[in-house]
Amino acid sequence: MENDFFIDSKKLSQAALERKHKLETDPSSRSNHMEYMPDMEKIHSDVRDNVMSHMNSYDYHQYTAEDVRAALEHDKCTIEDLKALLSPAAEPYLEQMAKRARIETGKHFGNNVYIFTPLYIANYCENYCVYCGFNCYNDIKRMKLKTEQIEQEMKIIAESGMEEILILTGESRSQSSVEYIGEACRLARKYFRMVGVEIYPVNTDEYKYLHECGVDYVTVFQETYDTVKYENLHLAGHKRIWPYRFEAQERALMGGMRGVGFSALLGLSDFRKDALASALHVYYLQRKYPYAEMSLSCPRLRPIINNDKINPLDVHEKQLCQILCAYRIFLPFVGITVSSRESAGFRNGIVKIAATKVSAGVSTGIGDHESKYSGKETDSLQGDEQFEIADSRSLGTMYKDIEDEGLQPVLNDYLYV
Amino acid sequence: MNNDKLIIGGHEFESRFILGSGKYSLNLIEAAIKDAGAQIITLAVRRANTKEEENILKYIPQNVTLLPNTSGARDAKEAVRIARLARELGCGDFVKIEIMRDSKYLLPDNQETVKATEILANEGFVVMPYMYPDLNIARDLVNAGAASVMPLASPIGSNKGLSTKEFIQILIDEIDLPIIVDAGIGKPSQACEAMEMGAAAIMANTALATAGDLPLMASAFRQAIEAGRKAYLSGLGRVLVRGAEASDPLTDFLHD
Repeated sequence: MENDFFIDSKKLSQAALERKHKLETDPSSRSNHMEYMPDMEKIHSDVRDNVMSHMNSYDYHQYTAEDVRAALEHDKCTIEDLKALLSPAAEPYLEQMAKRARIETGKHFGNNVYIFTPLYIANYCENYCVYCGFNCYNDIKRMKLKTEQIEQEMKIIAESGMEEILILTGESRSQSSVEYIGEACRLARKYFRMVGVEIYPVNTDEYKYLHECGVDYVTVFQETYDTVKYENLHLAGHKRIWPYRFEAQERALMGGMRGVGFSALLGLSDFRKDALASALHVYYLQRKYPYAEMSLSCPRLRPIINNDKINPLDVHEKQLCQILCAYRIFLPFVGITVSSRESAGFRNGIVKIAATKVSAGVSTGIGDHESKYSGKETDSLQGDEQFEIADSRSLGTMYKDIEDEGLQPVLNDYLYV
Repeated sequence: MNNDKLIIGGHEFESRFILGSGKYSLNLIEAAIKDAGAQIITLAVRRANTKEEENILKYIPQNVTLLPNTSGARDAKEAVRIARLARELGCGDFVKIEIMRDSKYLLPDNQETVKATEILANEGFVVMPYMYPDLNIARDLVNAGAASVMPLASPIGSNKGLSTKEFIQILIDEIDLPIIVDAGIGKPSQACEAMEMGAAAIMANTALATAGDLPLMASAFRQAIEAGRKAYLSGLGRVLVRGAEASDPLTDFLHD
């Protein structure tokens, strides 16, 4: 079964509709997704070959219960062990995996659970990624916050007590330039201790500039590591270029960032292969940049405006839990973030096993924190959301819920030096 | 025994247990002070750099000495900046240098640690460097003005105990500063063993933080450390390496 992603807006012109349908149905009308565009920096790295050779040869049906038991007995989890833990044969061992994951999490993070919030400052996008609410053919209210609006949003979020912020935009260089994002980050440094970005991939010198603006953490989701599937889902725009995206974290580290985040969007492709590739992307980059801090997220597909049928297919909570336990056992030292795409119940459970960071007080829309935080009606314009969230808990509620689970909520454990 | 004090940079302490900072919780701080008798508590400056309502400093009693650490520093320059910030935040003059260029095992960078020690000691800090147990580096740290030397027993958070035992023993034997065993101590028996060897104090965190009953584990550490210290001071009985020793002296036949 596949998701049906294609939605035609009545507002599109005949020419635009024709172009859209052609992109959707005629692969020859699409650009080569493996070829860098002229302005894209190429770096020399063996990380990609290492990750892809494992992913391409991964046949998870080969692994047996015995492999899974052996993996759980090993002191150090090897790549082969990881493959066993991600296989269907590991599903009956979920409880044992969770127990092991919990021990590893405790060793590296104790009871700490970090809290952050995302801030979307613009939702313009030049890409046609068929599953995303921001895609350029989707009929949504577009908006880009002005400096004073950004500051107003930040003030409201900071007043709630939040100390770590993740700045996001749609992927449009023309609407949301690197300078525009940089200015937002400079502002963010006034209100928050830790500033991260989740924006379109940029070149090393641009990451360096953003670092100088106060950013220290760059998250880029690869969406799927299956290049053929990727080509089928990202039909137009800069984001279509798969290898440039793959190398974003490495360029960010070369640009001086302290840490980088990774993820596949689960539900787009074969989730076991995508989970393996995500973990190995971290593993190989960590070997090359041992001082860098690294984290993994685990987003599953969510419904979007104009398409409420989108779902993560065969990645149910049980599979998600299996993936997160496997990540934790293989990479005990990495942060694991579970976003508001997941329910409160799932997040309360998973922070006791493997997750170390959760978002709270979340809006994926533009300029709507005042109305969402205070419940006040406002006259000001708001931009639509990227996807529907499943857990709308405020910072206060999240903080208390984490404490009630016997864990230690942490708002900041970071210093910009 | 009553006069047996731990002296670091001219400051005297009765307790030889120091609480590490990795896994922080208020219960942990309380148990460390009440049940383990800690008089020194490590505090990550990166963690203290927070808003009022979250501020850990508030929860640490006045009579406890704060030991801010520079975790998050990747080189000497960053460690120095973090130490100065700690002073500005009102954390006092003690500083534990932690410099890591490795996010997986969090192993300390010895060379950069020597550099930071020299700069901070010159600025009047009581410098307690965390290091990988290496005699030459330990001597460099002494010359750089360190107030103690803190070798790791095992990778941080691993609870694996004295993996570096032989090398820590060399530091204890050769360095005239308190040797405080830091990182990797997973149970009271390991703490006791390090104290028997002549370590001046033990720093631990994960072993307590991940215990089922925090106060009980804290008091177990206290007793183990005290037992180890007493054993060291009493002069341990000989450890026989090979078989039993004849009770009749071998040289009994020698006369005049």
